[in-house]
Amino acid sequence: MTDASLAAAPSAESLFRRNLRDFSRNRLAMASLTVILIFVLMAVAAPLIAPQDPNETDLFRRLQPPGWVDGGDWRFPLGCDALGRDILSRIIYGARISIFIGAAVIVLATGVGILAGLAAGYLRGWVDVVISRVVDILLGFPYLIFAIGLMAMMGPGLLNIVLALAYKEWVIPCRVVRGETLAVRELEYVEAARALGAGPRHIMWREILPNILSPVIVVSTIRMAHVIILEASLSFLGLGVQPPTASWGSMVSDGRAFILEAWWVSTFPGLAILLLVLAINVASQALRDAFDPRFSE
Amino acid sequence: MTVLLEVTSLRTEFATRAGLVRAVDGVSLQVRRGECLGVVGESGSGKSVTFASVMGLVRSPGKVVAGTIFFDGRDLRQLSPEEMRAIRGRDIAMTMQDALTALNPALSVGEQMAEVMVAHDETLPAGRAARRAAIRERSVEMLGLVGIPSPDTRLRQYPHEFSGGMRQRIMIAIALTCRPKLLITDEPTTALDVTIQAQVLELISDIRARLGMAVVLITHDLGVVAEHCDRVMVMYAGQVVEEGPTSAVIGQPRHPYTRGLLASIPRPALRGHRIEPIMGQVPDLVGLPPQCRFHSRCPLARPECLVEVPMLPAGPGRQARCLRLEEPA
Repeated sequence: MTDASLAAAPSAESLFRRNLRDFSRNRLAMASLTVILIFVLMAVAAPLIAPQDPNETDLFRRLQPPGWVDGGDWRFPLGCDALGRDILSRIIYGARISIFIGAAVIVLATGVGILAGLAAGYLRGWVDVVISRVVDILLGFPYLIFAIGLMAMMGPGLLNIVLALAYKEWVIPCRVVRGETLAVRELEYVEAARALGAGPRHIMWREILPNILSPVIVVSTIRMAHVIILEASLSFLGLGVQPPTASWGSMVSDGRAFILEAWWVSTFPGLAILLLVLAINVASQALRDAFDPRFSE
Repeated sequence: MTVLLEVTSLRTEFATRAGLVRAVDGVSLQVRRGECLGVVGESGSGKSVTFASVMGLVRSPGKVVAGTIFFDGRDLRQLSPEEMRAIRGRDIAMTMQDALTALNPALSVGEQMAEVMVAHDETLPAGRAARRAAIRERSVEMLGLVGIPSPDTRLRQYPHEFSGGMRQRIMIAIALTCRPKLLITDEPTTALDVTIQAQVLELISDIRARLGMAVVLITHDLGVVAEHCDRVMVMYAGQVVEEGPTSAVIGQPRHPYTRGLLASIPRPALRGHRIEPIMGQVPDLVGLPPQCRFHSRCPLARPECLVEVPMLPAGPGRQARCLRLEEPA
C-alpha cells in the first residue's frame, strides 16, 4: 500500500518561505531593502550617529552651504538651515518621524482592514453592506484634503497624524481582504473545514486569513510609501509634526523661501523622501513579483 | 443492526433565477450502524445535495424545506447551528469531492489534524504539554492508519508536498480523527487514477470494519458500489428510484434507470457488444410536473406512467419507483 518513492519526503518548505527565497534572489530588491534598512538604522540610532544636535540653532551658521561648497564646513556636511541647524542631523532625526508614522499607520490600518475585510467578506449580509458603504464613502474623499480636515479638527501631534492617516488608509487593505475572502470562502477546503465542525471565527482566522496574507502584505508595503509622502505633505503644509521636531516635509517647507540662494535646505530632505519612497516601492514591487504565483517560475 | 441515520421525505430547494429547483425531492433513506450505503446517480441527481442537507451545509440559495433527519435519535433539523457544529466532525464526518483542493494550503497537515481534535475532543488531557503530546500521538496514529509512510515527519509538511492519493488519505485521516459514527465520502476517488482509487476504497472499507463506523459512499461508479457497499440507493433527478441490498440491485435491477446504468458499463464479458447509453438528458429540475421523472428516457414508458410514482416494494428489502416493475426488460 505504501509507495517507496513517496516515502522520500521532499524538503519541507512552505509556500511563504519559497516566496521569500524568490525575493532574496532579486538583486534590485535586495539593494532597496538595504536602503530601507539603512534608513531604519538611522532612525533607531539617531542620537548615536547624528553629528550635531538637530535642534541646536546658531545664527552665525545661517544657511551655511554643504561641506564641499565654498564657505562650507565638513562638521556640517550637508550645510545648515535658516536657523543654523545641521541639515544632516535633522534628516537623520527626521527618519524617525517618517518611518514611525509610516509603520504605525500601516500596522493600524492593516489590522483594522483585515478585521473589517474578513467580517465583510465572510459574514456577508448586513455586515458586508455596512462596511462596504463606509469604504465607498471614505474612498469618495480626496485623501490629503480629508487628512487636512481631520488634522484641523484634532490639532497637531504625532498620534493625531497617525490617526488622521489611518482613518482612511484602512479601506485599502479592507478591500483587498474582502475581495480575497470572497474568493477563498468558496474553496473546497473551507467547505471541508465547515464539514468538520469549524465555526466562523476559526474559518476566518485559520482557513481564510493565512491564505490571503500575501497580497495583503504586498499592498501594505506599497501603501507605506504613500503614507510617508502624505506625512511629508502634511508637515510641509505645517499640519504635521510641529517645530522644532525635525520632519522631512517641514524641512522642505523651511527651505522653499531660500531655494535660489540656499538650495541645500530643501534639496537634501527632499532627496531623503525620494530615496526612501523609491526603495520601498521597488521592494514592494519585488515582493509582489515573488508572492504572485503568476510571476514565479 | 440499529438505524443510525434516518432521513424521511427530505426536500431541498434552490431558489434560482430560472425558478425553484427541487434538487432533493422527497428522499427517504436509512443508514444502519456499521453498514456501507452506496449512493449512485449521474451528476445533478441530487446525491451530494442530499448529504449536504444531512450535514446542514446546503449553500445559499439552497434550503432544506421539508423532511426529518434523525441521527442517533436526534432530529438534526431541530438543532441550533452550534449544536450542529459540534456534531459535524465529531459524530458525522465528510470528505470532499476534490482531494487536491480540500486541504488548507497554508497550514501543515499536523496543524489541520490538531484543529479538528481541539474543536471536538473533550477527552484530551488538560495540561498544555500533555495535550500537545496526545494530539501528536493521535495524529501519527491516524496517518499511520491511512497508510502514510513515516507519519512523524509528514505531519510537519504542507499539502502541496503530497500527491493526490496521499492528500485523499490525509483527508480521510482528518475526517476520522474523532472516530465519527458516520463517514460520508463524496466521490472519494474522482480525482485519482485507477490504482490509487482501489487503494483508497480498500482503505475506507478496512477502516470501517476496524472502527465499526457507518459509511455513505457517494459515487457515480456502480462498480465501486458493487465491491464495497452493503446496500445501494440509486438517485435520479432528485429522487430515489431504487434501493436495496447491493447484490440484489446489481444482479437484478428492477428500475429501468438502474438497468440503463448497468448496461452502460463496459464489461469484458460483453466484448464486441456495443455499450448502450441511456438516451436523452436528465430533465430540467425547474417546475417538474408530478410524474415519473425517467419517463422521457424510459424504454418501458406508457401513457399511464404520467402520474406521481411512489416507491413500491420490489423484493425482499428492496424498493423501486416504477409502475412497470412486473414487466420484463
